[in-house]
Order: sequence, then C-alpha cells, then structure tokens
Amino acid sequence: MAESRKPILYSYFRSSCSWRVRIALALKNMDYEMITINLTKDGGQQFSEEFQALNPMKQVPALKIDGITIGQSLAIIEYLEETRPTPRLLPQDPKKRAHVRMISHLLASGIQPLQNLSVLKQVGQENQLTWAQRAISSGFNALEQILQGTAGKYCVGDEVSMADLCLAPQVANADRFKVDLTPYPTISRINKVTAGLEAFQVSHPCRQPDTPPELRA
Amino acid sequence: MQVGKPILYSYFRSSCSWRVRIALALKNMDYEMITINLTKDGGQQFSEEFQALNPMKQVPALKIDGITIGQSLAIIEYLEETRPTPRLLPQDPKKRAHVRMISHLLASGIQPLQNLSVLKQVGQENQLTWAQRAISSGFNALEQILQGTAGKYCVGDEVSMADLCLAPQVANADRFKVDLTPYPTISRINKVTAGLEAFQVSHPCRQPDTPPELRA
Repeated sequence: MAESRKPILYSYFRSSCSWRVRIALALKNMDYEMITINLTKDGGQQFSEEFQALNPMKQVPALKIDGITIGQSLAIIEYLEETRPTPRLLPQDPKKRAHVRMISHLLASGIQPLQNLSVLKQVGQENQLTWAQRAISSGFNALEQILQGTAGKYCVGDEVSMADLCLAPQVANADRFKVDLTPYPTISRINKVTAGLEAFQVSHPCRQPDTPPELRA
Repeated sequence: MQVGKPILYSYFRSSCSWRVRIALALKNMDYEMITINLTKDGGQQFSEEFQALNPMKQVPALKIDGITIGQSLAIIEYLEETRPTPRLLPQDPKKRAHVRMISHLLASGIQPLQNLSVLKQVGQENQLTWAQRAISSGFNALEQILQGTAGKYCVGDEVSMADLCLAPQVANADRFKVDLTPYPTISRINKVTAGLEAFQVSHPCRQPDTPPELRA
C-alpha cells in the first residue's frame, strides 16, 4: 500500500484525547496534517456523515496513517510506538510497561470518558460541575497513590511515557472543572515538569489552529 | 521474582474481570482467584486491605511476578508480553491497531459509562435507559468498524484481545435488554466465541462466587 501522504490527524483543540496524540506526534518528531473537527459547532461536526464514515465512533482523535484510519487515542499511540519506535513512549521492561499502561488506562477509561462532552450533556447542565469533579477527584485519589510506587521524574521512572501524555490533558480538565489539586502533589509536580517540555507546549489546546482567539496563548 | 501462582482479584459479574479470566484461560495459565464482592458489605472493593492493593478500588487486579496490575487491558498486554503464546494480538502492527481500537472502544467507550459505580450515580430510575444508550451508541459504531476488520473474529480469523472485550459487553447488553438485531456481526462473533472453552470456563455463571440462582 502506497504511503504517499503525510498522516492526517482529526483533532479538536480542547479534546483531551486529541491532545494526547498531538503530544505523541510531537515527541516522535512526526510531520502531519491536521483537520480540525469542531465538537460544538453545527451541532457537532463529529456527527457529519463524512466524518462518521471515516470514524464510526464519531469522536476525535482519528489518525489516517499508512493507509489505515485508527480511532481511540491509546490505540493510535501504541501504533505510533510500534512503527516509529524512537524516541520511546513505553519503557523496555514489561513490568514498567504494565505500570505505564495501568496509569494510561486509569486516565483514559477510568476518568476521561466519565467527564467528556457527550456524558456531561446527558447529566444536564446543573449537574455537570459536580459530576466532572467527582469523576476526576475519584480517579486522582487513586492515581496519586499509585504514583507513590511508580513515579520518578515522570509518572513511571525518569522517562516520559504514554502515561504522562494522558496525565497532562486530565490535569488541564481538572483545572477547567475547578478541582482542588492540593491533595495531589505528585500529579501536580509531574504535570509541571511536562508542561515545560516542547512537545507538550506545541500541542497545548491554547496553540492549535482551531483555538478560539479568546483562548489563544 | 516469581514466588507463587498469580492471584486474580475478580468478581463473577464484572466485565473487566471476565476479560482477564478469558485471557488467563486462553494462555493456559494456572492462578489463584480471590473474589471481591462489589455489592456485599457496602462493596468489598472499598476495604482498606483491597484499597492498599489496588488504589483504584476496582476489579480486576492481578498479582503476578512480584507486581500488582490494575486495568484489564494493561493486565492483558502484560500477559501477552510475558507469556506470548498463544497470541492475543496479531503480529502485523495495522491489525494490532485494529484490535486495540476495538478493545478500547469497548473498554473505555462503553463499559465505564455503564458500570456499577456510574449507574449508582445516575439513580435507579434512570439506570436502564442510561446503560442502553451507552451500549447501543457504542455498538452502532462497533458494528460499522467490524465491517472492515472482522473475519471469523473481530479482527481477521484469530481470537484477539478485541474478542475478550466483546463477549462481556454483549452479556451486559443482554442484561440491560439492548436489542441486538441491528448488530448482526457483533452477534455472530459473540456466538462463535461463546463456543470456545476459554470463554466458557471464565463465564460469570461458572465462577467460585457465582450465586446459586445464577449458576449454570
């Protein structure tokens, strides 16, 4: 199959899941094209027939690469890791890899889906803040404890991994939903360190092609 | 350090525990099971003892090779990397991407939205509708995706992690009375895997903690 084009990332500036993949692509120094999908405009551009044909999940991110289209941010990141292995996003040791995946999944399935746009719409506007805060603090309570056993400079040891890519967007959401981060000093510390890395900065929601002017850095 | 058999913390009805039970069965692994009742005593997952073992206060958790792993897909990927045969992920990276995409669709796109904890929060009168919506929404997407990936199983003709995630979710769909007529591929694959020994021995109806009235 011809690989004649750059990868295409379908992304929304504020989507946590898209941000994870943007960080991964930046860390791997990959050149790609971005097509922005506005989740709130026109009733939500993710519901267009065109996008649904591309990604039946009607969600971002989706990555068109090497002749296939992949949805689900962690599936995308693992594919990037397997096909563009350097720099690494997962450690070599299987036990450390298990810790990276455990933390990534805690964030990507234990917290984020419970406070994403679609679910918040369903719980109703008056309940949204409490609901989101509960999902995040519940997950962060667990994560803070887990990090006691795994963290070095980053979530797992001293190398940036997929876990850190999942953490940064979730901390941004925590801020957005006014979750008090005082009980989570390790989470805060790691987030501060990664916030200083170029890949995390260029991929930040405040610097995307579709960032609204009032939110632009 | 491998001082004892692996220990799986499991609840008979937990989808996530069932995925891991299937994986352990497919890999012919001997292990000990400690059952954690999610509804008794206020929920045994909230005990101090279990919380120290798994801060997420969820099943499954697997104690293996000197570490404890939570999150079913993290456990399964570890088993795959350390006990590579028989395979639960294909060799080809693009097929692996499809397996993971489907697994994550199920494990983060559907199941967490209809697990015990969330259903408690939405309230008893809303539970059925909420669960049905999460499942059909996800199955609508999955049925479409499978058009492009499925052979005998979710991805091609070999059982994979995707199938391990699918079977428990179909069981949940039945439990929440989701009409499966719109999902013929999902139904077909589920029927095939239901006939495999690993899926049978790990079924919720055959576990040490299965209540008598639900036992096969």
